[in-house]
Amino acid sequence: MKILNSVPRTVVIKELITESELVKTFVLDVSLGAEPGQFVNVWIPRLDEKPISVAGDDGNEMRLTIAAVGEWSKAMHEKVAGDTVGIRGPLGKGFEFEKGKRYALLAGGYGAAPLYFFAKRASEVGCEVDFIVGARSKDLLLYVEEAEALEGVNVHVATDDGSAGVEGYNTQILGELLEEGGVNCICTCGPEVMMVKAAEMAKDAGIDAQISVERYMKCGLGVCGQCVVDGLGVPSCIEGPVMSLEKVLQIEDFGKYHRDHLGKKHNF
Amino acid sequence: MADLSVEFCGVKFENPVVLASGILGVTGDGMAKVVESGAGGVTGKSLWPYEHAGHPNPTMFGTENWFMNAVGLPDAGPEKAREELARYREKCDAPFIASIVGGSIEDYVAIAKEVVEMKPDVIEVNISCPNVEDELGKPMACSVVKSAEVTKLVKEMTGDIPVAVKLSPNVENIVAIAESVLAAGADGITAINTYGPAMAIDIETAQPILANKVGGLSGPAIKPLAVKHVFDIYGASKCPIIGTGGVTTGRDAIEMMMAGATLVGVGSAVYYRGQEALGLIVKEMNEWCDENGVEKISTLIGKVHENS
Repeated sequence: MKILNSVPRTVVIKELITESELVKTFVLDVSLGAEPGQFVNVWIPRLDEKPISVAGDDGNEMRLTIAAVGEWSKAMHEKVAGDTVGIRGPLGKGFEFEKGKRYALLAGGYGAAPLYFFAKRASEVGCEVDFIVGARSKDLLLYVEEAEALEGVNVHVATDDGSAGVEGYNTQILGELLEEGGVNCICTCGPEVMMVKAAEMAKDAGIDAQISVERYMKCGLGVCGQCVVDGLGVPSCIEGPVMSLEKVLQIEDFGKYHRDHLGKKHNF
Repeated sequence: MADLSVEFCGVKFENPVVLASGILGVTGDGMAKVVESGAGGVTGKSLWPYEHAGHPNPTMFGTENWFMNAVGLPDAGPEKAREELARYREKCDAPFIASIVGGSIEDYVAIAKEVVEMKPDVIEVNISCPNVEDELGKPMACSVVKSAEVTKLVKEMTGDIPVAVKLSPNVENIVAIAESVLAAGADGITAINTYGPAMAIDIETAQPILANKVGGLSGPAIKPLAVKHVFDIYGASKCPIIGTGGVTTGRDAIEMMMAGATLVGVGSAVYYRGQEALGLIVKEMNEWCDENGVEKISTLIGKVHENS
């Protein structure tokens, strides 16, 4: 029997980095041996605990990039270096990569955080990586400079308003790369409408894709059933969040609807 | 291959292993997947007559010995339940046990009325959740009078559909409660709900970890206690029992049947062994029966009583 301990433990926040008005990166004094695409549950006592993708884990410290969008994340943003937070994980399945292959990473908004982690790891083992980031405008872009500093990583930027990079969607850049050829696999994380497009493009190009499927997650342990996806019938917290194109195409709700904390469906 | 089929209150199950309420029970597809992996049936998440929000996170965590939860019975109400049960029926033929819950006796009657229309194979009345006491007070399963009253009123609504009442282990005399709900018309008993309320504290911050502070305790640690409760209830009444509590292996399930269970409820084992846990348990039961020359698993129900 698998020995498990999923009780949260308290760790110290070593450093906070302000990425933008809404976004901060938390450097935690802990390593959980997380892989890109995996997540951790982050706990603020008496308030809530939320699943957050890992933006970095180098064996000494872990990085989480969090936007202040709700009560819990706003409380996170009020923390200062030296404060503590509860954590458990790493949870779920992450992205897979093989030495020597070429990956096109399609990141929308906050999806840049786990994909930057992927770019770092994959480039370190000799993969060729295209890091395609999209956001509404320049000030919402994440991890562009950090990715540019990585060897073997080509960075492409698209903004809706043209304030940085190409004006338009990042999927246009992906389309051009696929036309040129040579990409083995698309890895994507971000708004579902963007990932649906990426899945179609991978299918049309006859290449593989790995897609980070975001659903309302509660326990993160595959027990509560909250994040089970229709069609596959499996909890996305342990069978995902990153799933292969083949699996994602069997998810009936992919691109159509997601469920809330009560299990009720909401269309995208 | 032994014959693993059992009959519970007139309903035939291909094998005795059923998903316990509150685990993977949010969607029809999630439950059908558990049947696909080998379970004999499933119990859905407890249904309310109206929308009911659960607790914030953390709601569940565990160690190798125990699992703790305070999910707080979230549910979207009957419309969603109807849709999910229809999905489940499309995908598999195994019996569906509908768990119902409420904040008052009137709620139980209202949801029983709704659920009967959905035609579940069995109705389980959850009167024993230990993690909603702040909201609902002491569970009805702690009172001989209240548990009988709710049973009687639900039975008036349910016609031919058998009713099992899910009991709490957190009482002085579980046999007295079992006898009172059986006298009030219950067709069977589910024993037991989780232990508690229990608490885990993060010592660095001196904070209870569950958002609800307290929750129900399940997992391997409670199995011997669950076995004893099932043993006592069966000894007193010989009624059909869904024996639930800490079962994670085929040997555990056989033990629960020998204590008196006709069906074996499995919940926390999903934490330890994944969504395939129930299928693995069934496979291990089959192997044990073959090794021990057991041809019909139903012959094991209550077997320990022959020796005690």
